[in-house]
Amino acid sequence: MSAPATTEVSPIFGRLSLDHLPLHEPIVVATFIVVLIGGGALLALITRYKLWGMLWNDWFTSVDHKKIGIMYMVLGLVMFLRGFADAIMMRLQQVMAFNGSEGYLNAHHYDQIFTAHGVIMIFFVAMPFITGLMNYIVPLQIGARDVSFPFLNNFSFWMTTAGAVLVMVSLFVGEFAQTGWLAYPPLSGIAYSPNSGVDYYIWALQIAGVGTTLSGINLIVTIIKMRAPGMSLMRMPVFTWTSLCANVLIVASFPVLTAVLALLSLDRYVGTNFFTNDFGGSPMMYVNLIWIWGHPEVYILILPLFGVFSEITSTFSGKRLFGYTSMVYATVCITILSYVVWLHHFFTMGSGASVNSFFGITTMVISIPTGAKLFNWLFTMYRGRIRFDLPMMWTIAFMLTFVVGGMTGVLLAVPPADFVLHNSLFLIAHFHNVIIGGVVFGVFAAINYWWPKAFGYKLNEFWGKISFWCWVVGFWLAFMPLYVLGLMGVTRRMRVFDDPSLQIWFLIAGLGALVIAAGIGAMLVQFAVSIWKRDELREVSGDPWEGRTLEWATSSPPPDYNFAFTPIIHGHDAWHEMKQAGVKRPLSGFRAIHMPKNTGTGVVLAALSIVCGFALVWYIWWLAALSFLGIVGYAIWHTFNYDRDFHIPAETVAATEEARTRQLAGQPAVQGA
Amino acid sequence: MQSNTAAADPTARYYDLHEHDHPEGGSTMLGFWIYLMSDCLIFAILFACYAVLGGNLAAGPGPKDLFDLNLIALNTAMLLFSSITYGFAMLAMARGDKQKVLLWLGITGLFGLAFLSIELYEFQHMIHLGATPQRSAFLSAFFTLVGTHGLHVTFGLIWLVTLMVQVNRFGLKPANQRRLMCLSLFWHFLDVIWIGVFTFVYLMGMLR
Repeated sequence: MSAPATTEVSPIFGRLSLDHLPLHEPIVVATFIVVLIGGGALLALITRYKLWGMLWNDWFTSVDHKKIGIMYMVLGLVMFLRGFADAIMMRLQQVMAFNGSEGYLNAHHYDQIFTAHGVIMIFFVAMPFITGLMNYIVPLQIGARDVSFPFLNNFSFWMTTAGAVLVMVSLFVGEFAQTGWLAYPPLSGIAYSPNSGVDYYIWALQIAGVGTTLSGINLIVTIIKMRAPGMSLMRMPVFTWTSLCANVLIVASFPVLTAVLALLSLDRYVGTNFFTNDFGGSPMMYVNLIWIWGHPEVYILILPLFGVFSEITSTFSGKRLFGYTSMVYATVCITILSYVVWLHHFFTMGSGASVNSFFGITTMVISIPTGAKLFNWLFTMYRGRIRFDLPMMWTIAFMLTFVVGGMTGVLLAVPPADFVLHNSLFLIAHFHNVIIGGVVFGVFAAINYWWPKAFGYKLNEFWGKISFWCWVVGFWLAFMPLYVLGLMGVTRRMRVFDDPSLQIWFLIAGLGALVIAAGIGAMLVQFAVSIWKRDELREVSGDPWEGRTLEWATSSPPPDYNFAFTPIIHGHDAWHEMKQAGVKRPLSGFRAIHMPKNTGTGVVLAALSIVCGFALVWYIWWLAALSFLGIVGYAIWHTFNYDRDFHIPAETVAATEEARTRQLAGQPAVQGA
Repeated sequence: MQSNTAAADPTARYYDLHEHDHPEGGSTMLGFWIYLMSDCLIFAILFACYAVLGGNLAAGPGPKDLFDLNLIALNTAMLLFSSITYGFAMLAMARGDKQKVLLWLGITGLFGLAFLSIELYEFQHMIHLGATPQRSAFLSAFFTLVGTHGLHVTFGLIWLVTLMVQVNRFGLKPANQRRLMCLSLFWHFLDVIWIGVFTFVYLMGMLR
């Protein structure tokens, strides 16, 4: 029942004052200067080359699922660099802080870093990556021209970005939460975290959560309603299936996060007693609720990548996927089971043997459908003509790495073992093992696989392989020592250590992080070199890997309307079957195509949301009220615009398709067609 | 494998060469329905919190000290009537009678407003007695659950007024009909939630 315990709240600036700029933290100041110079240079370049109009008209306001997908990937990549910077700072601190040394990070700063690392990597790296992939690929795979609600898609993207912006603002104005990435109360309550950090956390996640939920609804409806004729559910590509399941999980779990964070904010802002220590509040209620969201969340992240690995394994083995039906059922089983395991995150709560046994067993049961998937991939490869291109290399690295992570997960699912390993570095090693080995490797596989589709040229192999080997070796170096340390009882989130014999393991882990850094560097070089030499890497067929699903039936990049004529599906692997049947592209009879119009509403609403979130963090009530009214008012104003679609004229379609015909025939494309 | 059957013209077999525009908004109802289910989950969490924390009075007032069932019965009646009148608006929409639609929407809005006013009176009365949301976990859960429902009704009212303006100005065109259908779902959904609140919070609270 404690009132906000901050100093003074001015009617104009709330509790924001110059004291909240972290000028006493040289590391933050230096970062700020670098960001200022880098950002300033970027803005200057955009202005210099007069790109603002192009960015605004072709990208920011675009409702094209392909462009939104790419923007999601860019967001994920940018935030990935930030999240990795946090990681390497932690590694360095833990290498240094032995033998009485305090390291180079004070506790206040270090605690923010491990919180920000987790929040950013999950919400603003992994989520944008998978949402971007699903956005780009799913409509193409089901033969659709866009998603069901194109404007909502643009809005979702900008809301996710708005959340990311708020997290970044917290680096330079005020502070971020020092609570760990799930902000357990009572630590995250107003009594123990009176400053702006947890509020930044809450509003960043709430704003981004709006985007995530809406994009989940959008993709479910798209998959259910917009499949090409003949594509029954059991003929959908596996990636579409796993996307469907992941989006069902999003819609069925993110509202829980929204609700629980709303309750935490009520505790902090209004003084209610949901999760407080006194007046009947229950902190464990929060822990239960947040994991009811949190466990499905890890399957939201991994399921789409399981789909990616399935597509890649099948394509690069030159065979149809082994056990398609069992793959689908395994995915659905995982979807359902992911809701009945949440308590394994806190066996030590003390709910008793029966409850812990139930959740321990359900957790172990999940490994069965997951194992079935692995065997399906192995049997797909068995006697296939495997081509070891980069996507396939990432897939194999995933299989080897993920299995180890899965097995340590089964170890942790045993409640008595968990009592020993809970909150230890063993746990940290386990979930990095599955998230890096599964999600991150999967995203890289997907980027290498679908880049030619999105941009019309392949990625450079040489730098891709360097990145691959650095990542795989770096991962094992960085995380195997954490298993060892965890078994020795070292807990997570420690800033300094007393026992000098532990230092060698942290040193190895730190070296591993450096090797990963080299892998990231090589990946950035890979992108740069590929863009630089795109004419040499050009891929005109639209089907560089002998693909089997419909996205490869289009040109690379696909035209705005994806398919001039909607494909008709007669079986699995629709594009493979069309190639077998010798189907020719239709070259005449084009019709006007009905498409949605671009709109800037998403950008405006997200910008207002940033203002509103910032005002709430700093108790600037008038601004919060004003920007909230602005959001509602602008949204209503938007509904008065009924003119939201247009037709791409048949002549334009014909000209685009004509250019494609020339391209396929090896003639230079006509500019401006 | 099917190349034999399609030998004549595989292109026509694999591409829809005579496609027509799909009617606009064909996915809206499904999308909105799924949104409502996600909203329903938010209420599920609030109900769960009330179930777990509702007994934690912290030596403060409990349901029997605070609830006035007569008032709640009146309140419930207001909301249920508003659902019926919304139904009449939809029937008028099916007949294409714009004026009747506006009339029934207006009456629905008044019932909604009455519901909100009674709820605010109840809250004000409780706070006056010292039963504030900060007093105990029970009261935190109570105010949040009932208040969230009230906020939904408030947004429903704003939406209703917006739609009345749009129907009045642009008529019952398909886009507006679709919007009225969505609000209809939303409005009845709030009714269903309220039945849960009425039973679970008020009636069972008096029994406890």
